[in-house]
Amino acid sequence: MRHVILGAGPAGVSAAEIIRVTEPDAEIKLIGAEPEPPYSRMALPYLLSGRIDAAGTHLRKTPGHYAANRIEVIHDRATRVDPANHTLMLAANGNIRFDKLLIATGASPIIPALPGSDSEGVYPCWTLADARNIIARAKAGAKAVLIGAGFIGCILLEALVTRGVRLQVVEMADRMIPRMLDRTAAGLLRQWCESHGVAIHTSAKLSAIDQTAGRLAAQLENGRALKADLIIIAAGVRANTQFLQGSGIDIDTGALVNAHLHTSAEDIYAAGDVCQGRDFSTGQYDVHAIQPTAVEHGRLAALNMCGRNIAHQGSINMNVLDTLGLVSASFGQWDGGSDSAEFSDPAGYRYLNLQFQEDVLTGAQAVGLIEHVGILRGLIQSRLRLGKWQARLLHDPTRLMEAYIGASRNISFFSRV
Amino acid sequence: MLKSLHIEAEKCTGCLQCELACSYRGEGVFNPAKSRIRVFTFHDEGRFAPYTCTQCAEAWCLHVCPVEAIIDNPATGAKEVVAGRCVGCKVCTIACPFGTINYNQDRKIVHKCDMCGGDPECVKSCPTGAILFLDADQTGLSRMRKYAGQQIHS
Repeated sequence: MRHVILGAGPAGVSAAEIIRVTEPDAEIKLIGAEPEPPYSRMALPYLLSGRIDAAGTHLRKTPGHYAANRIEVIHDRATRVDPANHTLMLAANGNIRFDKLLIATGASPIIPALPGSDSEGVYPCWTLADARNIIARAKAGAKAVLIGAGFIGCILLEALVTRGVRLQVVEMADRMIPRMLDRTAAGLLRQWCESHGVAIHTSAKLSAIDQTAGRLAAQLENGRALKADLIIIAAGVRANTQFLQGSGIDIDTGALVNAHLHTSAEDIYAAGDVCQGRDFSTGQYDVHAIQPTAVEHGRLAALNMCGRNIAHQGSINMNVLDTLGLVSASFGQWDGGSDSAEFSDPAGYRYLNLQFQEDVLTGAQAVGLIEHVGILRGLIQSRLRLGKWQARLLHDPTRLMEAYIGASRNISFFSRV
Repeated sequence: MLKSLHIEAEKCTGCLQCELACSYRGEGVFNPAKSRIRVFTFHDEGRFAPYTCTQCAEAWCLHVCPVEAIIDNPATGAKEVVAGRCVGCKVCTIACPFGTINYNQDRKIVHKCDMCGGDPECVKSCPTGAILFLDADQTGLSRMRKYAGQQIHS
């Protein structure tokens, strides 16, 4: 059995490893488009901040890991898939036949098609090559403009400030991370950033990038021009599905899959940022583009590729973010439930918002509260009925752990007396 | 035979010796806030519940880590954080559905229970025998893990 995995990010690597464990004799080819060993984009901000070197971003650390697991790593790019003939066309290596194919090609940054957006000194921060370009320009005292205060932008924000650049942030929406935080939480984050010397321009749209005599400037629609030595674009990503055009594989915002991560084409699966998979909270199919979902997809798709027939119950959309020392997290349906509880301490930069459907937690946001945050995921995903503990949480939402321990029976403490 | 922590909450008096012993071993300070085992208080019921990582077979933290900074110690069955690899991204802290891996703001890495390499301080410090270190099949750990897995997958 020949398994071909297209994409060497977390979804692809997790899938390759699960296939090896499940089918010891299978042939596994792992194809990545970049020249590096499989690495984590999530680790790039820590390369920027100088905390790790390039090897620190690698997904696996044991030398010879892939060879030892008989995973053949190929550096190439797919140009086309022919599902009927079970064949993949690669730019450099020609055609490869597969018995099972996993599409885990990830996503690419969206670069707004504006005048000057291809200027020297304008980069996304998506690849190791991008990170190296940014490091070369982001010297202490340099002026940088970050376009986009979404999740990725806010992670980069910290790394850039650590490098000592003078940073301004431009966000189209009326608040930071609008897809992860509500107004209260985003307001706290903004205040925190501004108190750390980072200028945040919200409801501001980039209209052009000007380059005169080697100096860059971000031109905004409101007429302002922000001078910069470096402009970083973090304006969102889109799934890498272009090479699937004409293949007959159904595509919407990503490659569409069923509950078994199977695409509309026989023996072809999808996982990770390119995959429009099941969302646990809504039951709908969406692209999450987050690490936990990528790993869940990769592992489950691999089991299904090995004939295990395991349905995906859906992944929870969730994020955690450290912005200059203020940690924020959001989970599931954070923007709406039938009942909600809130703890707010703006002076202490702390905020917790819980959303319930009946007595089940369905979404949450936390700012400045880092202890045991995973329990928010546990409560949402286990659909634990909180019973009397819900009333206690409505009174004091910070007593989450007590509610979990009290309401769950996976720890048999309370059944003994 | 792998051993695991077994907690008999009804014996806990809330003295917090386990938290002090744990934080001293892990961080060199007597500070419950830095402990990997935490005792939760139930005022209304007059009860206490020590709580820490079960080293679950699902190993959500380990699988989600983007830089292989959490590894399985085959000698103890513990999932351990490799300090030199952890970049502090915290994705494990939201992935663990039990809330038992936490970010340490002083060291800028995550920390979790590693069962002290096979000789847990919390067990030795507990004056009432509420925390025991037993053969895994005696503790019902496998049942607990199975139940935990079902909860998450169902």
